[in-house]
Amino acid sequence: MPSALLPIRISDLHLIKGGRAVLGGVNLVIEEPGITVIMGPNGAGKSLLLRCLHGLIEPDQGQITLGHRRIADCRKQQAMVFQQPVLLRRTVLQNLSFAAPEIAKTNPQHLMHALEAVNLADRADQPARMLSGGEQQRLSLARALLSQPALLLLDEATASMDPASVLLIESLVRAQSAQGTKVILVSHDQGQARRLANEIVFVCNGQVVEQSPANQFFTASQNPAAKAYLAGEILI
Amino acid sequence: MDVLAEAFRLIITLDEDLFEILWLSIRVSLIALVISVTLSLPLGTYLAITQFPGRKFCILLLNALMGMPPVVVGLMVYMLLSRSGPLGFLGLLYTPSAMIIAQVVLITPIITALAIQVIENLHQEYRDTFCSMGVTGRRAVAAYLVDARYALTTCILAGFGRAIAEVGAVIIVGGNIDHLTRVMTTAIALETSKGNLTLALSLGTVLLALSLLVNALVIGVREYAGKRQYA
Repeated sequence: MPSALLPIRISDLHLIKGGRAVLGGVNLVIEEPGITVIMGPNGAGKSLLLRCLHGLIEPDQGQITLGHRRIADCRKQQAMVFQQPVLLRRTVLQNLSFAAPEIAKTNPQHLMHALEAVNLADRADQPARMLSGGEQQRLSLARALLSQPALLLLDEATASMDPASVLLIESLVRAQSAQGTKVILVSHDQGQARRLANEIVFVCNGQVVEQSPANQFFTASQNPAAKAYLAGEILI
Repeated sequence: MDVLAEAFRLIITLDEDLFEILWLSIRVSLIALVISVTLSLPLGTYLAITQFPGRKFCILLLNALMGMPPVVVGLMVYMLLSRSGPLGFLGLLYTPSAMIIAQVVLITPIITALAIQVIENLHQEYRDTFCSMGVTGRRAVAAYLVDARYALTTCILAGFGRAIAEVGAVIIVGGNIDHLTRVMTTAIALETSKGNLTLALSLGTVLLALSLLVNALVIGVREYAGKRQYA
């Protein structure tokens, strides 16, 4: 079943920071279910675009609709995993209970299942912030998935993680996508994008310069900036 | 040396006068602390996480009140509670209640200002996550208070330390009346002026021990929180 928050429409999105247009008129329509990976060089505006999409940043101009609704009207159907996981100063299990108090009351076993899914069941009673970086990110993902979001946003969620943790997170993301959640992922990792993406959105200098199916992007990208990026040339 | 030995004898033999003063001091300061914490923590959290016109002025005022001389606080509370003052009809002047009020006025800005700093730091860290999770209002305030519990405990202990060691305000509004409003600090001042160094030294020793205990607790709480990554 496709996500209830499709299509995602971003129209003429402008964001100015420090007098500079960090997003300069982004237009983007995401209609297809599955996994969309946003790629682009550092400072291109990928994370800002994701934050605007999640309603964490109010753009200076432009409009975003998710399934023909405003962001504020569908906040509870979204979840985001940040590059740096922010966990409460509580135990692993209490972090999940806080995120889903209703589930904690009515079906606490579900929380343990969520921890099992990310291989953290045996750490349930440990302080969450004593977990390793990869474990913290897995817990972040488990927390995000508790609400069964229609839209899952991941901002370089696997950066600086070991390969096993990356693969575990990727398999969870893929499984969630298969259940109908629309996944939008920011990543620098071309290997990850190849493994996961159905669609690539390439952002450069605060604008979307290419949007194409993943296969096409990696084999026959027509955009010079995207080609240079894929070739490993630094773009500023 | 004789004076010092006598002072320790008073402590060890649980001298009645000494412990009456000690108990009143602790009672007054603890009640003041409970009232102050009840006011300070929600106020500090609100000021730390909410943006509104005049917020900066409120924080500026609190910071200024932090450094207010205790005798000025004593004078203000005296004027409020004196027979001709607006709250004179309550008849609280020269009672432990007046001393509690003075201590509340004295330590509330301190605990609030310290709490603002603690919660502001936490808010910087949690803001996006809470926004993403839809955690707002009372739920957010409660979460901040719970997650900052160890840092806030040290703020509260700092407030208690300030309250128990205070002399200027409580002597003005309490009057240092024997068996009624005489607390450790006012008794030390009085006994020293009378030349009765034995009782003054005994009380001073207990006060010093309390101060050490509070500081040890602060260090202990910090270490515990640090070890569990809860700081």
